[in-house]
Amino acid sequence: MTTYREAVREALREALIRDDRVFLMGEDVGAYGGCFGVSRGLLDEFGPERIRDTPLSESAFVGAGIGAALGGLRPIVEIMTVNFSLLALDQILNNAATLRHMSGGQLGVPLVIRMATGAGRQLGAQHSHSLEAFYAHIPGLRVLSPATVADARGMLWTALQDPDPVLIFEPIALYNSEAELPADAGAVDIDSAVIRRAGTDVTLVSYGGGLRVAEAAAEELAGDGISAEVIDLRTLRPLDEATVLASIARTHRLVVVDEGWRSVSISAEIAARAAENGYYLLDAPIARVCTAEVPIPYARQLEEAALPQPGVVAAAVRKAVS
Amino acid sequence: MPEFRMPSLGADMTEGTLLEWRVHEGDAVHKGDVVAEVDTTKAAIEVECFEDGVIGELLVPEGTTVPVGTPLATIEPPGAEPARRAAATPASVSPASASTVPVAPESPTAPAVPVAPHDQDGRESAFRATPLIHRIAAEAGIDLASVHGSAPGGRIVRADLDRAILERRGGNRAVVRASGYARRLADTAGVELADIVGSGPEGAVRAADVRAAVSGTEAAAPATDPAPVSNRPSSAAISAPEPGQHAAPQHDPAEVRKLIAAAMTRSKRTIPHYYLSSTIDMMAARNWLAEHNRQVPVTDRILPAALLLAAVARAVRTVPELNGHWIDDEFHPASHVHLGVVVSMRSGGIIVPTIPDADRLALPELMTALRGVAERARAVRLRSSDATPATITVTNLGDLGVDSVFGVIAAPQVAIVGFGAVTERPCAVDGLLGVRPQLTATLSADHRATDGAIGARFLHAVDTLLQTPEEL
Repeated sequence: MTTYREAVREALREALIRDDRVFLMGEDVGAYGGCFGVSRGLLDEFGPERIRDTPLSESAFVGAGIGAALGGLRPIVEIMTVNFSLLALDQILNNAATLRHMSGGQLGVPLVIRMATGAGRQLGAQHSHSLEAFYAHIPGLRVLSPATVADARGMLWTALQDPDPVLIFEPIALYNSEAELPADAGAVDIDSAVIRRAGTDVTLVSYGGGLRVAEAAAEELAGDGISAEVIDLRTLRPLDEATVLASIARTHRLVVVDEGWRSVSISAEIAARAAENGYYLLDAPIARVCTAEVPIPYARQLEEAALPQPGVVAAAVRKAVS
Repeated sequence: MPEFRMPSLGADMTEGTLLEWRVHEGDAVHKGDVVAEVDTTKAAIEVECFEDGVIGELLVPEGTTVPVGTPLATIEPPGAEPARRAAATPASVSPASASTVPVAPESPTAPAVPVAPHDQDGRESAFRATPLIHRIAAEAGIDLASVHGSAPGGRIVRADLDRAILERRGGNRAVVRASGYARRLADTAGVELADIVGSGPEGAVRAADVRAAVSGTEAAAPATDPAPVSNRPSSAAISAPEPGQHAAPQHDPAEVRKLIAAAMTRSKRTIPHYYLSSTIDMMAARNWLAEHNRQVPVTDRILPAALLLAAVARAVRTVPELNGHWIDDEFHPASHVHLGVVVSMRSGGIIVPTIPDADRLALPELMTALRGVAERARAVRLRSSDATPATITVTNLGDLGVDSVFGVIAAPQVAIVGFGAVTERPCAVDGLLGVRPQLTATLSADHRATDGAIGARFLHAVDTLLQTPEEL
């Protein structure tokens, strides 16, 4: 069995081995081994030139990453949690995402930024939010969220092939999750959503940390004879709308599970597109199960209460199919 | 409570001016009595009421121009209780007249009172509405008796009225709650969403309901609040050249009947008809059709009716004196041939959709158009193009086996062509007695616009065209 954390580490090792231009930088990625233990051991293996600790200045080291990418390297920048990434938003939005456009196509920024996202580990409001939607809003970026061990293993290398900036959101709650990973597991497609579970009665769309919830709900519903199809978006920008619509064409019902807040969220985007382009496929109102619109609480029970739970998803599905 | 409304006296009439009241509040009236004179901008027309009863209140003063459908007066059914009447009196246009509303006397001469079905159902709720609701309903021309009250005790609230107004404006589609998928399925299956009972939240129609309705496992329940046919594009239901069939209680045949009655009365009263008939040999047409239909898929087969329509559309191009409208004592020839086609409705009554530019359609196109308008007409779901004002009308009773039909002209058109059945008849052919398929074509035409000679020329043209069906 391989943990999600190990899968990410393997992906990093592979990238560092395969391409001399790749290096990892971020706060505590070296001597400390990464605040979630992802890069533990890499400093010993690859040395301080390629596993670089940075000062506590997101704007500075993301900017340095952009410069390195422009200079021909393939930097992987790690930001501890998405909350802190906002300090580098200017670099990400105004430089990384726009340089291709503003240089008339002359300058690409082949940069990969990894960051942890989401709640579930009692880290308090400032370390627990899911702000993927902020970045999925920005043209010029590709935004990924691996929800499985295999995707955690495979997405990084694919992302490094992209000539433009790619953001990878790793759900904090998944680092300890385990799955069998084939020895030859490698790069995965980052263009398409994937159907994690086939079903006929309802389409459950989710991504990242919400996927576990959707799958648990589907399992619960299967006991009641309700067949839920579970779609993992994998890529939040650009969205694979076709897979979602094709599924709705079979099930005619849509429930979106999103660990982000409901308002102006990924779930809002999915629902809007389903309504825009799948109106004549839908036989029930679209339902969304999202995180309560509060800062994520520290207390375990409150944190659980704020997050989407399988029971709530199952209830939303029952309402849609009833 | 029955209301006397500004009638539609023609396809193009949208409003009328009330010139003179011939009755007073409290007068007993009987079906067919002239109650008012209305100026339709073409002519002053005496209009009759369609109910027995007592004039309750004159809502529109003389000299006022109001849209078609606006209630002009209330008519109390004979024997209505005075207390109810008082409560039912809408907010008055002129307060003075409200105070003079007389107590309804028993109608002495109307022992059997014909009352439209929806009046009986809706009467209770009609009286449970505030004066404001009464006023809005009066302004919108909505009969409160036909509005379903959703508040406790069946009281009509603003939302009910809004719904009724919306319904009248856009048909039922606008207010039926249904999922997008259900709408698509219903559209594909050709069923009316309004006829399906929804099982979803707040009665929303869902895909399963449509499937059930289509498969018939769940009989499509009748709409609880049937929309009168007159709420549909009224221009379509204008003509009744044949006697109406027995009316089934659906789509408020009484309303349809009223429209037909008004249009036919107007036609027979104002148009001096002349009639011609001609026997047409259908041997060539029948043989050609049989041959054509043998070569095409079943779905592309052409019915004799389409051939007849094509012949009329092309013939009238050569006799333009019959194609147009008689307006303001003058004939206005039309530049296009918009063919009105009389369609009998299963529920009784008729509706007359139009095939626009029929003379320019190839025969297969005309067949498609005919099938389309007939289906939509029978579903009472016409499109606006189907309500294009016709320039000449065809009525075909051949499938009912009659030999000939002399139609009543749909004013302001000046002609209607009638076709009977194609039957084997003995006739002289090349100096010998033979048996051949023949058909009687008739023409009813407006003698103000044309004379028999022109009519004869037209029928001859139809005959000639039908002898060379391959050229149609």
